Amino acid sequence: MTHPAAADHGRALAAAARSGDRRALGRLLTEIEGRSAAARAALGELYPLAGGAHLVGITGPPGAGKSTLVTSLVAAARAQGRTVAVLAIDPSSPITGGAILGDRVRMQQHAADDGVFIRSMATRGHAGGLAVATVDAASVLDACGFGLVLIETVGTGQGEVDVASLADTTVVVQAPEMGDEVQALKAGLLEVADIVAVTKADRPGADQAAASLRAMLTVGAQHDRAAGDRPRPRRPEVLLVSAIAGTGVVELLAAIDRRAPSTDDAAPDRRDAAYVRAETQLVGLVMERVRDRLASPAARARLAEAVRAVAAHEADPYIAADGLLATFVDDAP
Amino acid sequence: MPDRPIKVLIAKPGLDGHDRGAKVLARGLRDEGFEVVYTGIRQTPEMIVSAAVQEDVDVVGLSILSGAHLTLLPRITGLLRDQGMTDVLVAAGGIIPDEDVPVLQEAGVAAVFGPGTSIGQVAEYLRANVKPRDA
Repeated sequence: MTHPAAADHGRALAAAARSGDRRALGRLLTEIEGRSAAARAALGELYPLAGGAHLVGITGPPGAGKSTLVTSLVAAARAQGRTVAVLAIDPSSPITGGAILGDRVRMQQHAADDGVFIRSMATRGHAGGLAVATVDAASVLDACGFGLVLIETVGTGQGEVDVASLADTTVVVQAPEMGDEVQALKAGLLEVADIVAVTKADRPGADQAAASLRAMLTVGAQHDRAAGDRPRPRRPEVLLVSAIAGTGVVELLAAIDRRAPSTDDAAPDRRDAAYVRAETQLVGLVMERVRDRLASPAARARLAEAVRAVAAHEADPYIAADGLLATFVDDAP
Repeated sequence: MPDRPIKVLIAKPGLDGHDRGAKVLARGLRDEGFEVVYTGIRQTPEMIVSAAVQEDVDVVGLSILSGAHLTLLPRITGLLRDQGMTDVLVAAGGIIPDEDVPVLQEAGVAAVFGPGTSIGQVAEYLRANVKPRDA
């Protein structure tokens, strides 16, 4: 399973990318997206060097203003002399596999700035609002010295919350026309927000939307001390921003910075994000390996036999699944 | 042809704002299974090349109707060469007189697609001419 040439290629790309070679970084991210042998070798070099960046998820419904907000945040961070990377995710067609990666349209003002690196990624069949390689791409950008990595998800519905387990800090973007207060009561996206950014604050109704979000998101389980150790939704800050008027962006960046990851034991919730990310990724990789194993020639024959037995009602599906899973241990390469 | 979707940058260099053609092509190539990075209008050569580097695209597609193609397109191919992106296929579309095509080809523009070209023709050309990556 090892490809020495590919591994050397990956390690060479990793070294060049870390030295500031943008072309090498671009190529390395293509390998990462393709999850190639070169990518594995590069990650072996880079993962131990990552962990210093603040990974910030920017999520919200289509058209809420995510890309515009990202552009404003990049400008604010650049004004402070910081380097910034952006991963902008857009959906792949489930029918053709094609994709329009259009987030750069709003971000091109930073295209020729060497302190900014913007990469678009298609979801390539992955649900949840991210591409499967997003977490690895973020590690690469982290290891290459970008202190702030903004991860813009696809335009989400109410339940695509994967970014919250990847990012240290999750910003949910809401336009003023988000609907009535009941929308803010619903489970899902708003529950995973560390910060809610109400965009288009120059429009009428924005203040009211922010006020009703504040009212609805700050009541409930997170105040219920009797709940003990039961999991609770986060209690987000609600901030108003306007890219047109240029208001609220610096304040939003400051709010994001206050949540930067910490190795300080006094701030366990900031350190916990790294644990959640690691657990999510590890569980995901184990599941993927199980799927790969199931597709192997040896397993396919056993799967076919199990399918036949279940279809003929000779075995129940639970026993058949346990039987298949047990054989994987023996198949370990 | 790589075993992943071909990644295409569609950009409009210079000052004309007529982007309907670029958008139709972007959408059409999406339907042909390409990953299309659309960067919008009024792009400088530097912005386009920087985006091509960061996105690591296989193809740079330039839509131009302003008449400035003999100035802007060689500037873009030159900057791509400076970045070592010699394996990137550069194609142009728009209003480009026939007599200018050899000049652009000399400058490194692989193909020029004029009005009336079908999206299927563009897709076929790209599939046939994108260079495979050496691992």
